[in-house]
Amino acid sequence: MRFVKYSSIASITFVILAGIAIPIVPQPQSWLEFPIIPGLEDKARNIFFHVPIAWTSVLGFLSALYYGFRYLRTKDFDYDIKSVSSAGLGMMFCILATVAGSIWAKFNWGSFWNWDPRETSIFILLLIYGAYFALRSAIGSDEVRARLSAVYSILAGLTAPFFIFIMPRIVGGLHPGAKGDSAGSTPVAQLHMPPNMRFVFFIGIIGFSLLFVWLLNVRVRAARIEYQLSK
Amino acid sequence: MTGNVYHQGFQYNYENKMNFIASTLAIVSKDVHSELRTRYAMNALLMFVVISVTTILFALREDEVSTDVFSGMFWVVIFFTAMSGLSRIFVSEEERGTTMTLQLVASPSIVYLGKLIFNCGLTIALSMAVTVLYLVVFPAFIIKSWAIFLLTIFLGSLGFAAAATIIAAIIAKANTKGTLYPVLSFPILIPLLMTVMKSTARALDGEMFTAALGEFQILASYLLIMVAGSYLLFDYVWKE
Repeated sequence: MRFVKYSSIASITFVILAGIAIPIVPQPQSWLEFPIIPGLEDKARNIFFHVPIAWTSVLGFLSALYYGFRYLRTKDFDYDIKSVSSAGLGMMFCILATVAGSIWAKFNWGSFWNWDPRETSIFILLLIYGAYFALRSAIGSDEVRARLSAVYSILAGLTAPFFIFIMPRIVGGLHPGAKGDSAGSTPVAQLHMPPNMRFVFFIGIIGFSLLFVWLLNVRVRAARIEYQLSK
Repeated sequence: MTGNVYHQGFQYNYENKMNFIASTLAIVSKDVHSELRTRYAMNALLMFVVISVTTILFALREDEVSTDVFSGMFWVVIFFTAMSGLSRIFVSEEERGTTMTLQLVASPSIVYLGKLIFNCGLTIALSMAVTVLYLVVFPAFIIKSWAIFLLTIFLGSLGFAAAATIIAAIIAKANTKGTLYPVLSFPILIPLLMTVMKSTARALDGEMFTAALGEFQILASYLLIMVAGSYLLFDYVWKE
């Protein structure tokens, strides 16, 4: 876990430094220059933060679903602790991604919220997290709460992929990759980024995923102690 | 636990299969009987439909309304009405304290299918009632393509009932049953709601049947996924 912790700190520090310090110029000559993307200019830097955070919020949901599934199979309460901790973290990243994206949308597309398919999908993810915690708070018994919230997360997981992965690519919208995008839209993700931007971007994805793993570990250990004390 | 369900549901033994169907129908008829005795759900749903359509009528009385708004309003009424009544199917069992008995007499998959069939019937009746009411009170609500409209209502109601039934089973165990139901159902129902609204707008615009084929594919796959998923998960909700 110490390795995860230090590598997540290192990679996110790298992304912050590289994402902010590397100049954006019209004709990039060296590795240390990003090209201008028409219409985005300096605002393009947000892609190193907004997209990895949004990715992590989906990761949190998938992890809550996976541990919920494990709980149903084993009835081991530790999996429920892991499941609810992932969901809590996922919700935090989901709110951060919405805020970061909303600010970006204001300066690029003119308003904070446009009901673009991808905005719809993150809104639905927020609703799912909200409903998950509303359900948990409404059940008194630990065992029933763990069981029903696991079932609900699996049920939500049946419909959520449609929004997160399919709809934003087959419906017209403002995000890249949507139907009618001049750079091409296919059901499979395509990246139109120069290699050096792509490198920083993927370090960002890895860094934020590792941050999630580390935070999850801290939360799970705290929740275990809390559970032991409450017994 | 799962072994038992497996034998009841999938063993292709003629006698077992007949038993399975007969027990499912017995659950349905039990629910129909107890519903007819009190008429709680039917009356509540009917009054809710009348109230919400009247509210919309006050709001839209003189206006020229686009077909998109009409189809949206149509499904908003069905959504909230269903959310007020469909949870009865499991909540009433908890309230009457008959859950244990039902657990003893039938396997979970039989209970689930019986309740699902009952809710499907209720939802179809509900959407028919809303349709009739809309046709009567809104002169501008003209269905130009009945084929699209009826198939949308049919598939949409079944998908609605499938999602609503498993959520009802979940909230029957929670403390705040009434308020939690729409909160839990909405994120699950959004794909369905978006599709039926689009497809109903197509029916009101009088488009060709083939134009709505994409929507029907989404509705059919939603129904399939929901029924299969709930069938597998219901065991964990139902058994203590």
